[in-house]
Amino acid sequence: MSLVVSFDLPAETDTIRLGRRLAALVRPGDVIALAGTLGTGKSTLARALIRALTDAEEEVPSPTFTLVQQYESAAGLVWHFDLYRLEKPDDALELDIEEAFADGISLIEWPDRLGPHLPRRRLEVLLHQGEAGLGRHATLTAYGPWAERIGELAHE
Amino acid sequence: MLVLGIESSCDETAAAVVNDRREILGEVVLSQLDEHRPFGGVVPEIAARSHLAHLDRLVAEAMRRAGLGFADLDGVAATGGPGLIGGVIVGVMTGKAIALASGKPFLAVNHLEGHALTPRLTHDIGFPYLLLLASGGHCQLLAVEGVGRYTRLGTTIDDAAGEAFDKVAKMAGLGYPGGPAVEKAAAGGDPARFALPRPMKGKPGCDFSFSGLKNAARLLIESLPQPLAEQDQADVARAFQDAVADSMADRVRRGAREMKSRWPAARHLVVAGGVAANAALRQVLLRIGNETGLEFLAPPLKLCTDNAAMIAWAGIERLRLGQSDDLSFAPRPRWPLDPNARKGAPNTWKGAKA
Repeated sequence: MSLVVSFDLPAETDTIRLGRRLAALVRPGDVIALAGTLGTGKSTLARALIRALTDAEEEVPSPTFTLVQQYESAAGLVWHFDLYRLEKPDDALELDIEEAFADGISLIEWPDRLGPHLPRRRLEVLLHQGEAGLGRHATLTAYGPWAERIGELAHE
Repeated sequence: MLVLGIESSCDETAAAVVNDRREILGEVVLSQLDEHRPFGGVVPEIAARSHLAHLDRLVAEAMRRAGLGFADLDGVAATGGPGLIGGVIVGVMTGKAIALASGKPFLAVNHLEGHALTPRLTHDIGFPYLLLLASGGHCQLLAVEGVGRYTRLGTTIDDAAGEAFDKVAKMAGLGYPGGPAVEKAAAGGDPARFALPRPMKGKPGCDFSFSGLKNAARLLIESLPQPLAEQDQADVARAFQDAVADSMADRVRRGAREMKSRWPAARHLVVAGGVAANAALRQVLLRIGNETGLEFLAPPLKLCTDNAAMIAWAGIERLRLGQSDDLSFAPRPRWPLDPNARKGAPNTWKGAKA
């Protein structure tokens, strides 16, 4: 059972707002997969979500090189993955994904790199570019418990 | 004074022995040892088990090349962060074990401090100086005031510089690593054909940004016939490289002026990190040095990218000041060089946050 909700994100500030609204819904054990090609706002969304959970001034560098960055937050330990450089899904096991998925809050950029290790129970956020490069769209697909919570986003 | 250095915080597994006369006596990185690996290494050595599998023999080989035993050392230095935690743990545990077994001081070195102090290993310069650290994982301007004394003047608010090169190279079909591929292609490119934005240019402060430029390059690439013709690749590469160099020039020029005004004794502008290999960027930095009265220096490339000699050298610098670390040191995946760096630099120029 999955539920799909779409958002128009005309400006970067709209992507940031979506990140904050998601932050209000996350719980330990959540997995949010941030899909979409380069430059569609995955890192912007992740940064906004992490700042909403930690500190509005928190520094959130791109984890492309380090593959993962962790942040302590009141809602639990946040794991920000960027798997762009990952060659094989099994390499992700070295990044402690099992621990992250068990009780952390996992934000995963380039989730397709995980292959079979991507949990079925997740919120998938697909970001894509609008016409002529103007604005972005987000398609949120909720699997498992997210299906109940995502309704709160849709009705706001 | 002799120090063994160990680096395992990201892709490279490396060991080196350095002395306080600034001589690198023995140095090994994994890619040199494994003849089945293509030079430069495409596959990231992300796995802690890979560091674990190789580090012991790398250390043994570095010691053998130096012609020394552990008893000859004055200290053992290992990268203690920031970086990928699995690799850092392997390096730190190895360093602690050697230090404990041989009764030598242990030094947990901040990886960024290794880069920051490298120009003192290669060029013997005095403090203070301005450092541009531009690599796959970082893009920062630092005022290096002394050992353990760093002031961050600017940092990237999104992607690192090397990361932008890698991603644009991949989109343009230019291969990996992106820096050399873009530079090679750009040499045959027309600088006037495409115009890409100059992120942050003219903005207050010294922060960098490459995400918007990366996206503009993506849209440009997607607007061209696929797959890209060789000339299109060259022209895109040239436009991108010019935009990066121009944007960095603006940021570094501001940083150099701030450096001169806050630390009038500063005499050098130094670059470190893999992006230092880019000749167009070096030209720009040389020019800014001349404009602002700072002598431009670039360590040899193998000491600009991640290496163990810089970790050993940072260990020497700290040991000379009587510093060492307790064996209870815990690896730090996040470890800013400047703990007072203002948080939220990204938003200061945007005004109130939306």
